[in-house]
Amino acid sequence: MAVAAVLVRRPLEQVTVRDAINQGMDEELERDEKVFLLGEEVAQYDGAYKVSRGLWKKYGDKRIIDTPISEMGFAGIAVGAAMAGLRPICEFMTFNFSMQAIDQVINSAAKTYYMSGGLQSVPIVFRGPNGASAGVAAQHSQCFAAWYGHCPGLKVVSPWSSEDAKGLIKSAIRDNNPVVVLENELMYGVPFELPSEAQSKDFLIPIGKAKIERQGTHVTIVAHSRPVGHCLEAATVLSKEGIECEVINLRTIRPMDIETIEASVMKTNHLVTVEGGWPQFGVGAEICARIMEGPAFNFLDAPAVRVTGADVPMPYAKILEDNSVPQVKDIIFAIKKTLNI
Amino acid sequence: MRKMLAAVSRVLSVVAQKPASRVLVASRHFANDATFEIKKCDLHRLEEGPPVTTVLTREDGLKYYRMMQTVRRMELKADQLYKQKIIRGFCHLMLLPMQEACCVGLEAGINPTDHLITAYRAHGFTFTRGLSVREILAELTGRRGGCAKGKGGSMHMYAKNFYGGNGIVGAQVPLGAGIALACKYNGKDEVCLTLYGDGAANQGQIFEAYNMAALWKLPCIFICENNRYGMGTSVERAAASTDYYKRGDFIPGLRVDGMDILCVREATKFAAAYCRSGKGPILMELQTYRYHGHSMSDPGVSYRTREEIQEVRSKSDPIMLLKDRMVNSNLASVEELKEIDVEVRKEIEDAAQFATADPEPPLEELGYHIYCNDPPFEVRGANQWIKFKSIS
Repeated sequence: MAVAAVLVRRPLEQVTVRDAINQGMDEELERDEKVFLLGEEVAQYDGAYKVSRGLWKKYGDKRIIDTPISEMGFAGIAVGAAMAGLRPICEFMTFNFSMQAIDQVINSAAKTYYMSGGLQSVPIVFRGPNGASAGVAAQHSQCFAAWYGHCPGLKVVSPWSSEDAKGLIKSAIRDNNPVVVLENELMYGVPFELPSEAQSKDFLIPIGKAKIERQGTHVTIVAHSRPVGHCLEAATVLSKEGIECEVINLRTIRPMDIETIEASVMKTNHLVTVEGGWPQFGVGAEICARIMEGPAFNFLDAPAVRVTGADVPMPYAKILEDNSVPQVKDIIFAIKKTLNI
Repeated sequence: MRKMLAAVSRVLSVVAQKPASRVLVASRHFANDATFEIKKCDLHRLEEGPPVTTVLTREDGLKYYRMMQTVRRMELKADQLYKQKIIRGFCHLMLLPMQEACCVGLEAGINPTDHLITAYRAHGFTFTRGLSVREILAELTGRRGGCAKGKGGSMHMYAKNFYGGNGIVGAQVPLGAGIALACKYNGKDEVCLTLYGDGAANQGQIFEAYNMAALWKLPCIFICENNRYGMGTSVERAAASTDYYKRGDFIPGLRVDGMDILCVREATKFAAAYCRSGKGPILMELQTYRYHGHSMSDPGVSYRTREEIQEVRSKSDPIMLLKDRMVNSNLASVEELKEIDVEVRKEIEDAAQFATADPEPPLEELGYHIYCNDPPFEVRGANQWIKFKSIS
């Protein structure tokens, strides 16, 4: 008996990053019984930042678990559960608190598949907001992309848009390896158009692949997370001056898609990296080192340039905080410098 | 009696292949089982504890004896290989204290479908959880025939339902509570034995694990192996309270004689039954190696001689204890047990031979096993021109 399949094209939805992550988790919880979420306030409070809103109501105590304030303990419990075959999503209220649990992330999760000679896998996701927020001061504003990106055995992703957030959280949950998902609190409320593919329950974004958000010919700008938006703003401003920027959204910190960056630099001959974290030993530093080691170096017409957070613990006063994170004007300045304009 | 001897001689004539002594042993009449008194456990927040008598069958007794001897000899061999520098790095052994009764006794109290995790003094557990001496020794010597293909070494051995082998003191305890969470989540009536030492018992994350295990009623048996020293620091210098079985506070606990395999077995059965009934976690302290208050590092006071120390050690030797019990209750003969010793020694020798002769893992595999289930990719070596292939 033939069944006519009718394709309904829904109009492009505006979905906030928060809701995109929520949808991604909801779909994966529904798809696989082994998936569960644990963390502080994720259940009855609907999530400290409301990212897990509605999930406890739908899935109950067994699958959405409120933990006491015990990062090292509950991260370890999550890793143990993953070793025993479940697929936990372990939320850190912010990644600043993950520092208390970082031993479990690195020594118990990241290294285990290797140390066991391929016997013991750890299919776990660590997620939560990373980096600067607004007015939360030094202890609550650190970016951990470089720290987690340093470690073999981990995968580290950093979504910017709603499409990124949904596709990457789903891929992370389905991945059999420990994946760190660095979200951004200031992006949670930002709406994006979700393309129709993203509305499918099997919409995945591959981990390890960057996306060219904007094509250009004069300079390659590489960023991850919120700064991607700043780069696109800078590109719009510069376009009026006849400078066309190619903006690359890294999407994944580790394994890094250096090939996409190289191909772009070989076209534009100029490179600017942009990140929220501190400059020393950061994401931009790694990109620059790798560009020097690869085929793109000979195509550079000027040294690669980095735009980063200021090399200070995050201050509180607004004027100080504003100048401790990369602004659009700082990106434009850096681009013009490297283009010698 | 005559008829029996006649029957025996008929059997002897048929079974002509076996050496005479073996046949004599086989024909001797042993008891099937015997009842033994075991030490009463100290209890914390428990009305009743494990039984104070237990039945040991001949079959079990022989099995435990063989297993304990295998662990003992394997550790002795590892000690030897380490001194010969064939084993490198860390090599934490179960020799002094003699903790064979712990690993064999715990295993005797649970099912193979239960789970176990411990810290770095793990070779004995790796064996009792099902791996061969061969693969354990070959892992220690860093060869490709090692259970982790030479990638892990002494502290990182894994087997089915055995989660290592963990190098960071205390980190294995939340992991164990997490495995217990999975047991409860899956609804299969399994428990997780989560081991740590008296030194680790002061780690904060253990108290976090206690809290969550009790809150969520996880089927986790927390087990503190108290050998009275955390590296060089005695328990009195490390813990404000050395009643480790009480440190779980709201978690019921029992203190067990860790040198008596039957005591360990009964306590484990008791604890496992407690967990399986859904009551939540329980804590066991296994006391090993009692020095009875003596301090060897006590300067200028030598009120105990080496001979006395030896005597104390021999009285606490779990293998001797089992042997004496079995022989005195006619569960086994001295000769029979000696035969087991010979067989075990051979098994260890063969394993050691393999462990020293097997080649190291191929250099090409240095990059393997970074990620699970991933397509192959390249891993950077010491410089940008050195690349290693990585497959799952």
